[in-house]
Amino acid sequence: MPDLGKYAVEVLSAYAASLVLLAALILLTLRRGRAARAALKQVEAEAKKDG
Amino acid sequence: MIALLLRDLRLAFRAGGGFGLGLAFFLIVVTLVPFSVGPSPALLSSIAPGVLWLGALLACLLSLDRLLALDYEDGTLDLLVTAPLPLEAAVTVKALAYWLTTGLPLVLASPVLGVLLNLPPQGYGWLVVSLAVGTPALSVIGTFGAALTVGIKRGGLLLSLLVLPLYVPTLIFGAEAARRGAGGMEVATPLLMLGGITMATIALMPFASAAVLRRGLR
Amino acid sequence: MSIWSYANPVKFLALSAKVQPVLWVAAGGCVVVGLLWGFFGTPDDFRQGSTVKIIYLHVPSALMAINAWFMMLVTSLIWLIRRHHVSALAAKAAAPVGVVMTLIALVTGAIWGQPMWGTWWAWDPRLTSFLILFLFYLGYIALWEAIEDPDTAADLTSILCLVGSVFAVLSRYAVQFWNQGLHQGTSIPVATGERSVADVFWYPLLISMIGFGLLFLALVLYRTGTEIRLRRAQALRVRMEREF
Repeated sequence: MPDLGKYAVEVLSAYAASLVLLAALILLTLRRGRAARAALKQVEAEAKKDG
Repeated sequence: MIALLLRDLRLAFRAGGGFGLGLAFFLIVVTLVPFSVGPSPALLSSIAPGVLWLGALLACLLSLDRLLALDYEDGTLDLLVTAPLPLEAAVTVKALAYWLTTGLPLVLASPVLGVLLNLPPQGYGWLVVSLAVGTPALSVIGTFGAALTVGIKRGGLLLSLLVLPLYVPTLIFGAEAARRGAGGMEVATPLLMLGGITMATIALMPFASAAVLRRGLR
Repeated sequence: MSIWSYANPVKFLALSAKVQPVLWVAAGGCVVVGLLWGFFGTPDDFRQGSTVKIIYLHVPSALMAINAWFMMLVTSLIWLIRRHHVSALAAKAAAPVGVVMTLIALVTGAIWGQPMWGTWWAWDPRLTSFLILFLFYLGYIALWEAIEDPDTAADLTSILCLVGSVFAVLSRYAVQFWNQGLHQGTSIPVATGERSVADVFWYPLLISMIGFGLLFLALVLYRTGTEIRLRRAQALRVRMEREF
């Protein structure tokens, strides 16, 4: 860790907040994507059944 | 067009038309301000122009959802969309009626409420002028917001979320004009910018509002 | 084969599937390299001390916050004019990414300004403009959620995006007018990507900016795919219900 001097709190909180926000965005994006794929697969299966 | 205007005016003045509500809200907001910031005359005097502008803006916002909702509910809106009168013109007329019944009363009431907030003497004129110039813009911008949310149940909160950011430039220049006037300073720049915004929005927003109504009511 | 062939959802999904792995790896690589280099490998600034390290987050996110809205504007126009559903869904997909970028820009901007202003928030013209942009994003997303019919929602949000863009530009000037008299010259230094940054800061910043840009692209491609699938599932369900 470089010597951040008197601004350590500021710099670290900026990095922490940003990374948390990015991680949340990516995770929620992936979760929604997986749910969408599953939903589509299910509906397509049902549609095929009905012919 | 005149017929539409007269009809809207008549509806607004009827009982249940909500004519006095905007004014009452304006009064209430202004009354609440000293309770929240303290009664110091000097403080109130310095924030009076801005608070009065904000109060008028919020009162304008509040009545917006009834601008189109009633017409939507009784089918008048569908008639307007398909009528031979251009929808842009109809929307402009509705915004005008709205300004006459909501905006203009606020403008006229503002000096009275200015007394409550210790507005400096030279500020009264500029307050009225800035509101008179700015409230039409608030009306046409608000009409656009109302058009966006017309079919949405309980869309009032969404309406506020959509319209308030659009109100920011008008508020900035209007309040600045009122503030400079109250301080005896030169008001030309903000007032001219405000006038520009009003003219541009009156000219352009009806097209956006009409486009929204056409597509939203399909 | 012109770019318009990708307006076809199937073709779009195929291309997206091919491009995404590369995109994600490149994005991750650039972001990691840029941030690590910036955090560990650069000196402190003479005036700002170690807070200058926030630049590697603030500038790229601010840049993407604006670019995201601009992309939404373009895709909204394409929807209004050419009625390509993929375009409308791309705009819908980009909004949450844009809102997060704006939030990161706001948070890092406020924190960066703290040593200079002594408070965690200041009504600096640039920060204020981003706050207004944040509100525009929220309204846009809320409107998508509030309207049931997808095509109507696409229409209304597209018009909102157009009108909002005009007002966003207008607000920028209004806000500058509003705050110019109070804090002359204490806005956060280093505008987005200007060369006025010294070289030693510039290269990690550039890599970070590229990384955020690639990340935006990857996220939007992925999310557009999600929207397409959801839309298709909904259409299939409606069709099945009708057949009864």
